[in-house]
Amino acid sequence: MKNILSLLLITFFTLISCGEDNENDTSQTNITFNFSHTWDGTAVTNADFNDIKFTNENGDKLSIERLRYLISRITFTSNSNEKLVLNGYNLIDVTNNQNLSITSSAFIPQGNYRDLSFTFGFTNEDNSGNYEDLNSASWFVPEMLGGGYHYMQMDGKFINNADEEQGYNYHSIRAADNPGDNPTFPQDTFFNVSLGEVTVTNNAKFNIEMNIAEWFKNPNRWDLNVLNQMLMPNSDAQIKMYENGQNVFSLKSGD
Amino acid sequence: MRLRKLLHITFIIIVCFSCESETVNTYKNTPSPLEIPKLFQENILAPIVPIDNPQTEEGIALGKKLFFDPILSSNNTQACADCHAPENAFTDSDRFSDGVEGFFGNRNSMPLFNLAWNYDEKFFWDGNTFSLEHQAFIPVTDPIEMNSTWQNIEQKLKQHTDYPELFEKAFGTKTIDSSLVTKAIAQFERTLISANSKFDKHLLGEIELTPQELNGFNVFMDEARGDCFHCHGSDKNPLWTDNLFHNNGLDETFTDLGLGAVTGDPADNGKFKSPSLRNLAFTAPYMHDGRFTSLEDVINHYSEGLKNSSTIDPLMKKVSQGGVGLSENDKADLKAFLLSLSDNEFISNPEFKKE
Repeated sequence: MKNILSLLLITFFTLISCGEDNENDTSQTNITFNFSHTWDGTAVTNADFNDIKFTNENGDKLSIERLRYLISRITFTSNSNEKLVLNGYNLIDVTNNQNLSITSSAFIPQGNYRDLSFTFGFTNEDNSGNYEDLNSASWFVPEMLGGGYHYMQMDGKFINNADEEQGYNYHSIRAADNPGDNPTFPQDTFFNVSLGEVTVTNNAKFNIEMNIAEWFKNPNRWDLNVLNQMLMPNSDAQIKMYENGQNVFSLKSGD
Repeated sequence: MRLRKLLHITFIIIVCFSCESETVNTYKNTPSPLEIPKLFQENILAPIVPIDNPQTEEGIALGKKLFFDPILSSNNTQACADCHAPENAFTDSDRFSDGVEGFFGNRNSMPLFNLAWNYDEKFFWDGNTFSLEHQAFIPVTDPIEMNSTWQNIEQKLKQHTDYPELFEKAFGTKTIDSSLVTKAIAQFERTLISANSKFDKHLLGEIELTPQELNGFNVFMDEARGDCFHCHGSDKNPLWTDNLFHNNGLDETFTDLGLGAVTGDPADNGKFKSPSLRNLAFTAPYMHDGRFTSLEDVINHYSEGLKNSSTIDPLMKKVSQGGVGLSENDKADLKAFLLSLSDNEFISNPEFKKE
């Protein structure tokens, strides 16, 4: 998968322009984003996949066999609320170690920013686009569910109540009801991930961590015996994923 | 002094002689880039064409001749097309193909189309070979297939009345070797593009599907029923395959490890490439070992015939019950939709047939 972010331009959206800002910072830099993954603090890579070695908050023992997710619109918000948006997206494929590190070709002014953020998934507007690379990666969502693209695919197996291995597909998409020609959308399920204040230095690197365990934890304790497969048409499950995703990401370091 | 003068004159004569006898290399082939179908152009990434093997009219023509010529086999009895027949979307209607010595393999011949869009370039059911050019190397020397040697083939091609000139036109050399043979075959194979099925024409607004075909498409796209789209494409991915490797629940234990034998990773045991669902009307039998003779068998497998194993893909649903249990109507509709992906123009295209 191409690093889409490196191909796209920065756009400025000035919402408020007052007070001190970065106008005096003449030096600009490109920025690297590294994505790492843990299970409640223990590092997880694809070498940990295909093995039932994790236990979720509900006590379900599970494995991960496939994990891909999409982020978009990485945004630096200045102290004067200027928003520098990297208009692009990145499909992070943990299974195949693809796009775990991306570097923007666009340059960001060095200095302090009150927030670094990104969108988990696509905004509804972005979700209506047609993306050749995402189609080629079979990342699309059926039109009967509103179309667009997955936000995340996490597949694996868990030990069910009958003590048997069973598959699960934790697929996050835009929640939809009434599948068919005219699906309806109960609420947005993409979300903004705010990582807090950052300082952009020369060739800055930001290490963003996903705690995979959080997807099963808070506020909805996830019982895989109840919610395991066919979750895409289940808008209640999608909303639960949205709620649990709020605290999944954190900024571990930036330099 | 006289010697120096003599040498000087001799040098001039040699130079002049060289000029007189020097030939200009007039090798020039004709670029013939792939014609990318509209639906492919609009929805998926560009095809893979190696920079050192661009498509040319002469290369494609040579590759086509080689593809249909039994000269590549040890006893001149078997061509690539014998196991990859145009009327079968370039696969074999037999479950296993027999080689020149009468031996049979243990996998069904793979159909050949849209190969330039295999982005990871892993070929064969188990992905054991990288690139289309390298793929063409394998059957030629395989003892249970064409059982030949490249030395033998090169000798036969050099002595042939036509091939030396055809190689020169295609690659600018009469020096025939295995690399150029496989490059030419790969060029021809990349032209085998299938994109004119009924469903393609429906997407292009040229034709309407029947209600049964439309419902079949809904079954295909419905995660709670067929859920075929996660591995087999959709209206957004007209390849109708993800070109990846899955264990689709055929067996509880494996006599053929598939991808696992290639990677050495037990987690890959029993995984085989998702075949494209295009041209199913012509490509029976189905699965890597051709165990299913009909589409009904295939659909029944996913509906109630799944077998559990440690590497079964988590995308397989309700495995403990054998599958999702489609209704008889949904099965029939799904079959109707799947058949709408077959491309009669592809199998009847004279460009793809022996001349």
